[in-house]
Amino acid sequence: MHSFGYRLNGLLTFAVTILALMCVIASLSDNLNIPSPSAEIQIMNINWFQKQPKGSDEVSLRMNISADLQSLFTWNTKQVFIFVAAEYETRKNSLNQVSLWDAIIPAKERAKFWIRSSNKYRFVDHGKNLRGKEFNLTLHWHVMPKTGKMFADKIVMSGYSLPEEYI
Amino acid sequence: MSYFTQNSLLSFLGYPVSLQTFLPLSAPSLHFTMDWQGQKLAEQIMQIMLLVFAVTAFVAGYVLGSFQMMVLVYAGGVTLTGLITIPNWPFFNRHPLNWLDPSEAEKHPKPQVTVSSKKKGFKR
Repeated sequence: MHSFGYRLNGLLTFAVTILALMCVIASLSDNLNIPSPSAEIQIMNINWFQKQPKGSDEVSLRMNISADLQSLFTWNTKQVFIFVAAEYETRKNSLNQVSLWDAIIPAKERAKFWIRSSNKYRFVDHGKNLRGKEFNLTLHWHVMPKTGKMFADKIVMSGYSLPEEYI
Repeated sequence: MSYFTQNSLLSFLGYPVSLQTFLPLSAPSLHFTMDWQGQKLAEQIMQIMLLVFAVTAFVAGYVLGSFQMMVLVYAGGVTLTGLITIPNWPFFNRHPLNWLDPSEAEKHPKPQVTVSSKKKGFKR
């Protein structure tokens, strides 16, 4: 601690090191939060169900998504990224996941919502397996922190099925 | 304020006070330095203040649920600590080392190293 510059350097280094420690502890404090989210998805309507010229099935559906994800937010949360995926099984693949819709929730106040929307992304199969297919709709979320570890989890909702014939 | 109380106040703040004139030896200027005790004190103050502000900032942010509050309180604390420990404040110079006056040094010449005993080779 000899000169002005030496002390300034020492202060800034120590301050930044302690700041890094504070961020680590802030991230660890996220583990104290036990979230209790809830969600429900209704398929209001199957808009159309076609076979594409190349031969793959494609569905367009209109969903009513309602969720209460407020308990996911902590003081260290920047935003929550959610997406809805359709999951089903075919002869070729034990698990197919197709992302239908996603959104970014920037604040806790916006985390309790309902939205009616058709699928943002195309629900296309690898093949012609969708007729009469039973599938799950899963709501995934990624809690993105301001600093530290990101948490991800999901709710699986089952019991949905597609029509037997093309519409 | 009488000269006596003014003198006491200045010596308390760390300004070097001369006994003969009861006035500060030097006006506040940029040429102050810290002595060794002052440097140790500055380092201790810096470490303790930063730790205290870190804990305060974290608790404030956690209780209020605001990450921004934590960062603001900590930034304010770092600035305050910097203002207290970085400049050469007078209270860091309360135990100055008085270097020997040049005229006094001339009265005590440096001892001469005798070269005669270090000849190469040894003659019996």
